[in-house]
Amino acid sequence: MTGHSIQLDQHGRLIHFLTTEGLSRQILTSILDYAESFAGVSGRSVKKVPLLRGKTVANLFFESSTRTRSTFELAAKRLSADVLNVNIATSATNKGETLQDTLHTLEAMHCDLFVVRHGNSGAAHFIARQVAENVRVINAGDGRHAHPTQAMLDMFTIRRHKPDFESLRIAIVGDIAHSRVARSKIHALNTLGVSDIRVIAPKTLIPEDIQSLGVQVFHDLDEGLRDVDVITMLRLQRERISNAVLPSEEEYFQCFGLTEARLRIAGPDVIVMHPGPINRGIEIDSQVADGERSVILQQVSHGIAIRMAVMAMVMGAAPGAGTGGD
Amino acid sequence: MRIIIRNGRLVCPAQQLDELGDLYIADGRIVSAGRVVDGFSADLEIALEGQFVCPGIVDLSVHTREPGFEHKATIASETGAAVRAGVTSMVCPPNTRPVTDNPPVVELIHQRQASLGKTRIFPLGALTKGLEGRQLTEVAALRLAGCVGLSNADKPITDTEVLRRAFEYAVGFDLPVFIHPEDSYLRNQGVMHEGKISTRLGLPGIPETAETIAISRALLLIEQTGVTAHFCRLSCARSVELVGAAKQQGLPVSADAGICYLYLTEMNVDGFNSQCHLWPPLRTDRDRQALLDGLRSGVIDAVCSDHQPHDEDAKAAPFSSTEPGASTLEVLAPLVFNLASTHGFKLEQIVGALTCRPASIIGISAGTLAEGAAADLFVFDEGRQWTVNAEELASAGKNTPFDDWEMNGKVTHTIIDGKPAFEDV
Repeated sequence: MTGHSIQLDQHGRLIHFLTTEGLSRQILTSILDYAESFAGVSGRSVKKVPLLRGKTVANLFFESSTRTRSTFELAAKRLSADVLNVNIATSATNKGETLQDTLHTLEAMHCDLFVVRHGNSGAAHFIARQVAENVRVINAGDGRHAHPTQAMLDMFTIRRHKPDFESLRIAIVGDIAHSRVARSKIHALNTLGVSDIRVIAPKTLIPEDIQSLGVQVFHDLDEGLRDVDVITMLRLQRERISNAVLPSEEEYFQCFGLTEARLRIAGPDVIVMHPGPINRGIEIDSQVADGERSVILQQVSHGIAIRMAVMAMVMGAAPGAGTGGD
Repeated sequence: MRIIIRNGRLVCPAQQLDELGDLYIADGRIVSAGRVVDGFSADLEIALEGQFVCPGIVDLSVHTREPGFEHKATIASETGAAVRAGVTSMVCPPNTRPVTDNPPVVELIHQRQASLGKTRIFPLGALTKGLEGRQLTEVAALRLAGCVGLSNADKPITDTEVLRRAFEYAVGFDLPVFIHPEDSYLRNQGVMHEGKISTRLGLPGIPETAETIAISRALLLIEQTGVTAHFCRLSCARSVELVGAAKQQGLPVSADAGICYLYLTEMNVDGFNSQCHLWPPLRTDRDRQALLDGLRSGVIDAVCSDHQPHDEDAKAAPFSSTEPGASTLEVLAPLVFNLASTHGFKLEQIVGALTCRPASIIGISAGTLAEGAAADLFVFDEGRQWTVNAEELASAGKNTPFDDWEMNGKVTHTIIDGKPAFEDV
């Protein structure tokens, strides 16, 4: 139950978005429903709504990122907020300033919302505990712990293709051990009622006791993919090979890479997801990544709608959104 | 100074003593515990109503942070906390700055302690120079300076050949080696127990084998070299089994548990609670139960505070960036005495684990109320309830995992060397 208490106020409204764990099905569904109302905004000629006019959003990225940071920036701008991008990977904390000092400096500039990415698990929780009462925090990825907006944009994409969560079979393939995306997705899928969640990887990439999160473990890709409706491929970091976790990229692709042939083992209408950036030829074959079953680019554009929804909700700008947590 | 403590429940496991009576002290020594001394005139009389009177606690691990880390705590601040905790002797690990690997550092520590006249300090000398795990230290000189054992503290020796030679060399000087068992390769970047909670929190885990493999390696070298060894802070069930089997086999080994490990588990880390960031890590409830069983069966000889005071910044960061350790001196006695009522421990077991058994591990004559022994003792009042408030701790370290916990019982008097060092009435 990490932090579910600090992300809700006493009326059960979402005030920070730190993890999908511990949030009710109702809250997750209201995020998805609210995001639907923004999905059209990007297609209009004037791509803005005035919900966060006069508010300042600070993107605090202690780790570099292209797509997450830019979709958060776009989302904030489409809500008419002012956006401050602070690339801390190359900034003050390198000069010995503590995380607390950086935060207080930014607070003194009267930022209303921090979007935080940090290499340490728990960083967003730590920041949410530090900030002033009226300041909100959204986790844009903390260490291996959570990446809740990525999980929700994946839920959004799944729901658009396959609206009945309870009947789904879903596989997550790859580096589960180091993946915040996997953890956040597993919690969200469980809450939304998916009963068949499979994680597929060699044992070196599966964390201890992952079954306790409500998943089945497979070490054989062909076996794990049988009849699944959704496949999420995870990015493989090169350092897994230098750190004696895997022998080579070639063998990894041979055993765990997603190819057209393997796609045929899965269900007939399977969709293929990937949080990006993709390693073509390592975890996924180009034919599959660009093929008709791939929804990878849809994920990116859904990311903007989800981030708009979450920002508006935590800022209290969404009409009635986020109420009724149990 | 002459003191009478009247009507206490005198508990001294070293002498199988547990009876109501009076205790007489004169000129720093115990004159009698229980036997009536006629015509004894006292400068100070402490009247009790059956509260426990026990030998002073011998704490096998207290970090005073001095020299080198005075921004966290000092010998003055921590001996001040120790007397309030009933701790009259404490062992200090060598991970000071500079490292306690040469006599001048030992002398500095002793001088600081002597100027305060509070809790006695028994330093451990470094097992290798600078704790770097390469060169042996001058053990003869360290022993002469007053070190009661050798340790590589929180820097486990990775090179097995160095470990073997360090053990062999220590044998000749009759000093016990204190071992913090950890295979640092298996620990890797780990910051908590590897299991269900680390998987959920996405925190790098430390597998149980990081400890058990290090214990197994050390046990084989202990068998080979004949060194007397003490295992510090066992954290898991398998470790208790390994040390138990070694004792059965007759190897010269002992072990302790830190008080946190008898009460807390990995569950307490949930929510990224940096106050429960400890090294070794808190493990499962099954492990905690095994540590309690080990204490009951005697495989675990002693319970220590493993006191590690920190400045506020050390704990104010995302979990992985915080420093491990907890400030625990002041909860040690109440939490250990509490085991009698919550877990059915015999009084002599728990008092023994705080007093005569740790004293014998470091080969000092403390931990007893025997006639003629140095008058180091404390009074514990089971009836005094109090609530831990981090900010009110006497230690400079306010980093307690037990903030807001209700404590049943309190140290009300501490006497060191026959003189009152603390009184709370």
